[in-house]
Amino acid sequence: MPMCCCCCCYTAALKWELFPGRNRFCCDGRVMMAPQTGVFYVTICLIAGTSGLFFAFDCPFLAEHITPAIPVIGCLLFIFVMSALFRTSFSDPGVIPRATPDEAAYIEKQIEVPNNGNSPTYRPPPRTKEVLVRGQPVKLKYCFTCKIFRPPRASHCSLCDNCVERFDHHCPWVGNCVGRRNYRYFYAFIVSLAFLCVFILACAVTHLIMLTKDNKPFVEAVRESPGSVVVSVICFFSVWSILGLAGFHTYLTTSNQTTNEDIKGSFTSKRGQESFNPYSQGNICGNCFYVLCGPAPPSLIDRRGVVTPEYRAEQKRVSEDCVITNNKVYGTVKVVQPQDRLPLV
Amino acid sequence: MSSSRGQASNGPPPNCQKVFIQRDYSDGTMVKFQTRFPTELGDRLDRPTFEYTINQLNNYFAEAERASCSTYCEGCLACLTGYLIYICTETHYEKCLRKVAKFVSEQNDRVYRPRGLLLTDPTTRGLRLIEISVLDRPAS
Repeated sequence: MPMCCCCCCYTAALKWELFPGRNRFCCDGRVMMAPQTGVFYVTICLIAGTSGLFFAFDCPFLAEHITPAIPVIGCLLFIFVMSALFRTSFSDPGVIPRATPDEAAYIEKQIEVPNNGNSPTYRPPPRTKEVLVRGQPVKLKYCFTCKIFRPPRASHCSLCDNCVERFDHHCPWVGNCVGRRNYRYFYAFIVSLAFLCVFILACAVTHLIMLTKDNKPFVEAVRESPGSVVVSVICFFSVWSILGLAGFHTYLTTSNQTTNEDIKGSFTSKRGQESFNPYSQGNICGNCFYVLCGPAPPSLIDRRGVVTPEYRAEQKRVSEDCVITNNKVYGTVKVVQPQDRLPLV
Repeated sequence: MSSSRGQASNGPPPNCQKVFIQRDYSDGTMVKFQTRFPTELGDRLDRPTFEYTINQLNNYFAEAERASCSTYCEGCLACLTGYLIYICTETHYEKCLRKVAKFVSEQNDRVYRPRGLLLTDPTTRGLRLIEISVLDRPAS
């Protein structure tokens, strides 16, 4: 059941209140995030704090001695970074709604396996379906939680308990999954953050060098502008991981892959079998344009829709026969999934 | 994003037979539905009518997901404004979904409802499948 962090007044119940995943909703369903958002606040504090120190200590000096364009560029970059960050964190990553009871029953009937029931340790075989995508065989796995065959490229996020389309990874730093709908925001965030970080580092170091120019000792410069030292240290240590991540995601974008597929090696040839990425547009430019500026898919969970009595009854039926099907009990699916552990910012 | 869609008033009844048209992934992950005629509907519907509906829906979705120049311009413009433009405008995809909803309700009125069938807008099923309910046949 979703958590609510701010209680707004409303007349009718909205669908986000019955949402089966573990997501956290704010502002009456307009904002959607992962259940744990602690690291997200760390991200915000680091970016806003470092930028604040930069604007307070370095900008007045540099605007006076070099050019007034420096605070303007810094400000524009900062606004872009924050806007991309909030977009990534607050939007639906591309959650695939769970199956309705009828649909689940239909799929169950299709994949029912004859139980040879001799051994007591009988386990249902992994339920998969193979489809051809542009001539390339792709296995679709059955999701026991969502009761669907996951579409190609989708994966179940165990933290948010949803299947996400074109699942990239669950990113605690932005406090959300990164999937089909918010990958472009995430990429814009990473790349603009790399620019901001390099820009701030360069400005702060320039400031310190200019302060020590007139044969003043370095300690004097530090005393005059302690903020610049702090900013330089934070930026120096974070810039490498941000640049690495930006480079990695640029490589993924140019080849139209996801982090998930790259880690699993989905498109590497194995056992002599020829394998290629069937989702690629064919060339680097096409992939970049399609991933970053292509058609923006809509959110499939109608979280601001009004709950009708039929919808409530349907949800109740789903939760009732959620766990027990075919007299076998299935727990929630645990999937090992990539999380970026690189210290961002 | 905030517009509520779906068929709040005339959704399918819960206890009737349902036929599901699955997605066709042969051309990639774009939305496309299989045009194979389900045998359960053999006595209600003829094959060309069914195929016309599915093909038309597939065309609407192909239009929505086509990587055309205008969608690229839309995407680039959104990026340049720091994605703030999405607060006030509707995307090309959402406009196409509106067309799909209109087409589904028109097909229901003209073709499906007179034959005791009901087509459900695939958007309300997460674009996973098209649901056709046989209204006067109980679920098996």
